[in-house]
Amino acid sequence: MPGIKSLEDLKKAREEALKKRELKAASGTAQVIVGMGTCGIAAGARDAMKAILETIETDAISGVIVTQTGCIGLCEKEPIVQVVIGEQPKVTYGKVTPEVARRIMKEHVTGGKVVESNKINL
Amino acid sequence: MSIIDNGKGMSKEMIAQVTDPFITSRTTRKVGLGIPLLKAAAEDCNGSLNITSEPGIGTELTVKFQRSHIDRMPIGDLVSTIINLIICNPLIHWIFSYHYNEKNAIFDDEPVKQALGDFPLTEPEILTCIRSMVEETIQEVNPHFSQDIVTIYNQPLRR
Repeated sequence: MPGIKSLEDLKKAREEALKKRELKAASGTAQVIVGMGTCGIAAGARDAMKAILETIETDAISGVIVTQTGCIGLCEKEPIVQVVIGEQPKVTYGKVTPEVARRIMKEHVTGGKVVESNKINL
Repeated sequence: MSIIDNGKGMSKEMIAQVTDPFITSRTTRKVGLGIPLLKAAAEDCNGSLNITSEPGIGTELTVKFQRSHIDRMPIGDLVSTIINLIICNPLIHWIFSYHYNEKNAIFDDEPVKQALGDFPLTEPEILTCIRSMVEETIQEVNPHFSQDIVTIYNQPLRR
């Protein structure tokens, strides 16, 4: 069970994050979806997922929701990562190595610029 | 390792078929590889996979490995696995129970979610906090647990 102390830490972290968030509320939320089916995992989706979560922590990227999905039928292009920012259309990436995942987080999710080298046209 | 849920459960017929890679409850495609591959991994090292389930009640999957077997796959990055499950499936109430020797430690994500309210789990400060909570749960009963040791084996194969 998480101790009282760590729950207090968590509440503090929440308050701090809330303050920061109010400042940039206008930026809208981004959704990052990682294909975590068996094909994705075999191709290295766990490493991509790990890189995404680590980049959120190290670069303090706020307003991102990370979720997973199963196989979407493009096994040969795995690991697959999809990015939806606000009302913009969904962008699908293939062959997402940890390095590509970090670029997606920095260039697309934070910077708004699609990483063309790994984009899949569905 | 056991995975216990209170989901929709399975009939006896389904349990009998579920280790067949060409059987799945999904409608998007005709194969389901997770359970067959896990069973093969266990049987490769003198272990076994067992499922008990009741429709409407839930399912319990237990997989056993001979820990010292030369063909046993490395356990991998346990902390990241638990964090991925919690973060990516926020609507599921997760209870992670870690056993080591005779001791047991539990991380229940419900108090965390209650403290957060509707605040997302993926905010950087929250992620860091949850990560250290999961690590502390493991270290509570296994002080020698080191993330560095398990991640060495977790490098993907490159063609």
